[in-house]
Amino acid sequence: MNENYTVPAVALVVVATVFVGAFGLRISRTTSDFYVASRTVGPRLNAAAISGEYLSAASFLGIAGLVLVQGPDMLWYPVGYTAGYLVLLLFVAAPLRRSGAYTLPDFAEARLASKTVRRLAGAFVVGVGWLYLLPQLQGAGLTLNVLTDAPQWLGGVIVAAVVAATVAAGGMRSITFVQAFQYWLKLTALLVPALFLVLAWQGDGAPRHAFDEPASFREQRVVRVDATLDLKLAEPLTVTVSGTIDGRRHDEKRIDLPVGTHRVERGTRLTFTEGDPVPVADRGSNGGMSTSLAEGREERPLYATYGLILATFLGTMGLPHVVVRFYTSPHGVAARRTTVVVLGLIGAFYLLPPVYGALGRLYAPELTLTGDADAAVLLLPDRMIGGLGGDLLGALVAGGAFAAFLSTASGLTLAVAGVLTQDVLPARGVRHFRLGTVLAMAVPLAASVLVGGLPVADAVGLAFAVSASSFCPLLVLGIWWRRLTPPGAAAGMLAGGGAALLAVAATMAGYPGTGAFHALLAWPALWSVPLGFLTMVLVSLATPSRVPAETPSILARFHLPEELVGGQPGAASKEIELWRR
Amino acid sequence: MSGEVSGFLAGFLVAALPFLAAGFWLGRRTARPGRSLGGLGTPVEHATFQTLHTATLAAPPLRAGLTEETARRSAKRLRTLLGTDALCLTDHESVLVWEGVGEHHRAEIMERLAGPLESGRGEAFRLTCDILDCPVRWAVVAPLTVDDRVHGALVACAPLESAVLVRAAGEVARWVSVQLELADLDHSRTRLIEAEIKALRAQISPHFIFNSLAVIASFVRTDPERARELLLEFADFTRYSFRRHGDFTTLADELHAIDHYLALVRARFGDRLSVTLQIAPEVLPVTLPFLCLQPLVENAVKHGLEGRLDKSHISITAQDAGAEALVVIEDDGVGMDPEVLRRILSGETSPSGGIGLSNVDERLRQVYGDDHGLVIETAVGAGMKITARLPKYQPGVHPDGGIPRA
Repeated sequence: MNENYTVPAVALVVVATVFVGAFGLRISRTTSDFYVASRTVGPRLNAAAISGEYLSAASFLGIAGLVLVQGPDMLWYPVGYTAGYLVLLLFVAAPLRRSGAYTLPDFAEARLASKTVRRLAGAFVVGVGWLYLLPQLQGAGLTLNVLTDAPQWLGGVIVAAVVAATVAAGGMRSITFVQAFQYWLKLTALLVPALFLVLAWQGDGAPRHAFDEPASFREQRVVRVDATLDLKLAEPLTVTVSGTIDGRRHDEKRIDLPVGTHRVERGTRLTFTEGDPVPVADRGSNGGMSTSLAEGREERPLYATYGLILATFLGTMGLPHVVVRFYTSPHGVAARRTTVVVLGLIGAFYLLPPVYGALGRLYAPELTLTGDADAAVLLLPDRMIGGLGGDLLGALVAGGAFAAFLSTASGLTLAVAGVLTQDVLPARGVRHFRLGTVLAMAVPLAASVLVGGLPVADAVGLAFAVSASSFCPLLVLGIWWRRLTPPGAAAGMLAGGGAALLAVAATMAGYPGTGAFHALLAWPALWSVPLGFLTMVLVSLATPSRVPAETPSILARFHLPEELVGGQPGAASKEIELWRR
Repeated sequence: MSGEVSGFLAGFLVAALPFLAAGFWLGRRTARPGRSLGGLGTPVEHATFQTLHTATLAAPPLRAGLTEETARRSAKRLRTLLGTDALCLTDHESVLVWEGVGEHHRAEIMERLAGPLESGRGEAFRLTCDILDCPVRWAVVAPLTVDDRVHGALVACAPLESAVLVRAAGEVARWVSVQLELADLDHSRTRLIEAEIKALRAQISPHFIFNSLAVIASFVRTDPERARELLLEFADFTRYSFRRHGDFTTLADELHAIDHYLALVRARFGDRLSVTLQIAPEVLPVTLPFLCLQPLVENAVKHGLEGRLDKSHISITAQDAGAEALVVIEDDGVGMDPEVLRRILSGETSPSGGIGLSNVDERLRQVYGDDHGLVIETAVGAGMKITARLPKYQPGVHPDGGIPRA
């Protein structure tokens, strides 16, 4: 990759983000556009903002990486990420907006009038936010590492510093425009190179064996192994080796490897010839990003798929940065319309990463080996087009990737910092939002330097699982069930979300379990979501005396359109117009 | 492998978080009584402290007035305070709560209460009972009075008649009465603020109406189309100001009302007044007390144009600040002596227009708490900058709701 183009591209994205954030206010100097300046955010703008905030490193890099490594099964990821908004649209969007809540803890308090439940919800917001921030920072590190050979931690530190600085300095004065800008930037950054890549693929004779098993090399390719790994061979392989395999040094020697597992030391160069099948790296010894949960998935593919579907379908509604954006809609109906547009925008975006994944399988299959599969999106333009064009397209993709880290990270940081300052840190006069911001960013940054192993999309999947098991029951039952009680809500969140959190912790700690038990921990949603719902329902039924007295009027407000509850202001002109006719 | 070690470490940290939180909570829970009782001197001091502590704990529920709910929550502590076998709180009609033994005396007590409730004087009487080993034989009645009106009674029941109990019950009843009086005071304060909002609503100044109509009249012949537009603005503004339902509105609606208001003001002052508006659109749905920014703008217009003939500039900014919206209204007018302003805000003096500022400040404090009052920066001749911080969410605050009762 050519640093001369990517570094300016990344810098440009950072500067543009800060600029739009600081000056993106609507300003009217003449009086005639007063009305325009004070007009509420329409569904289209707000939907672009939500999409911009939502499309994270997992979407931009992770999905292509997973498709590259695991094949079309992984298309459930984009489907799940999108369909989450369908569930949100059907069950949550409008009532949530009508509740007047800005954050999830606000919702808990508005519905249940309980400070305890509010604090608990706040704790989970912080937990989910941190879990979600972690892969963003890791992704940034990976991107910068692949593009410029900078150390792994540097990208994360840059993103963390930029976001913390702009948020803490009050630079995000108008985040809606920032996020909307980021959406279109991300879409462009994937769409334009994708068009060129598809053209290049056509020019190459449009090979169609992308998802043949196993993937094979299309030309002679030298692969450098950056980290020691175990190669698992299903059939004998002939390869030219310069380095150490199974403890023996070879120097540009062509050797035959029999079926079985072989240890390849770091720094080894393997030269494959055209038509060779791509060997699969074993889990455990592989420090890469896209394979660590793969084994669990191979052992329990159906279970893992359902776990993923449930987590992404139900987890979207509990993501702190998504919920916050719905507040911007002027009323419940607008919130619903916004969600419909979001479905369209996100759906359009998610058509692209699988294209990269499929092309990556054709043109960069060795990424499976080196564990940098998440970098497929970044490497493809250079690999397939090359030259100046490839460099420029690569720079565009890199800029888009940084937009993804920045937008999601800033949204999450705002949400987490808000909860930290409001509910955790002691209030002292003007609340210290800045301390909260730094804290919100420091913890995941530290964790991202410590942990280096999870694939981006998988880490995000874990955040979704925790959100689906804690907030989904709270929101769905809170909106649709009048017998929910504060103890029930608290118990349900603790049981479902807490169990999911423990499972996540065990997975991240590399708990050595295998087989069914490992799969249960790696994909907790399938049991933790029902656990959360069940606990919430049962404990609520057991404490009928604690149903908040105001429940009927609160639910009426959640579900009735605003016009029925309050009158429409500013209608005098219209009325007079009518009367004149 | 270093990767696995660090992975384990991170996982461990994540797993430890909930436990840390739980420990923190538990610690705070358990620390409170231990800290409050430790290190006290003699047994007498200890007993005094214990009594005061119990009384303090019983007070908060009663501050909300005398209802079944509040009576239930305070009765247990009141009984501890008196040290009797049974205690009940009543209103005029029924027993609100019976704490302790001998609940079968409920009906009898209510019958015998008619006298004391009427006269407002306490008394002690013997209970008639068919149960041989009934633990309560005597009842001591102490009326609860607020402003010399009897609201209910506190009845303490004991196995024997005792002068000490009569005195003690009287004292406790008086203490409860004080709490109820405070509740009454709270209630009237809320009503006062409601009345003030109504007053402010009625108060869009007569001058403003007169001036607006005069300006419109001046356009009727020369520019009928303009006059018509202004009349519509006027209609919209008065409609908003006179609306009856709800104590809250959204920032978007309030800004539209300000727009109508400014259109009328500009018709009168023309080029002398310029206005800049900077709005972060995400704060427009913020809910805020009805008509709490328009008086500030009116104030800025008045100060900006007061006693000068050249141009005046007003800027209105609303920006997003985490869980709050930051609204700033600034003018470059004559400003004000901070000392005078302090007196206006504390309600000591109310020169023309001053009532708007102190009323808005009062209402913001009432709704959002004392740290959300207006912040005003001004000096004589230096213009005035008013900052209001509006939380995006506050329990009980929504566009169609009434003032939340504390």
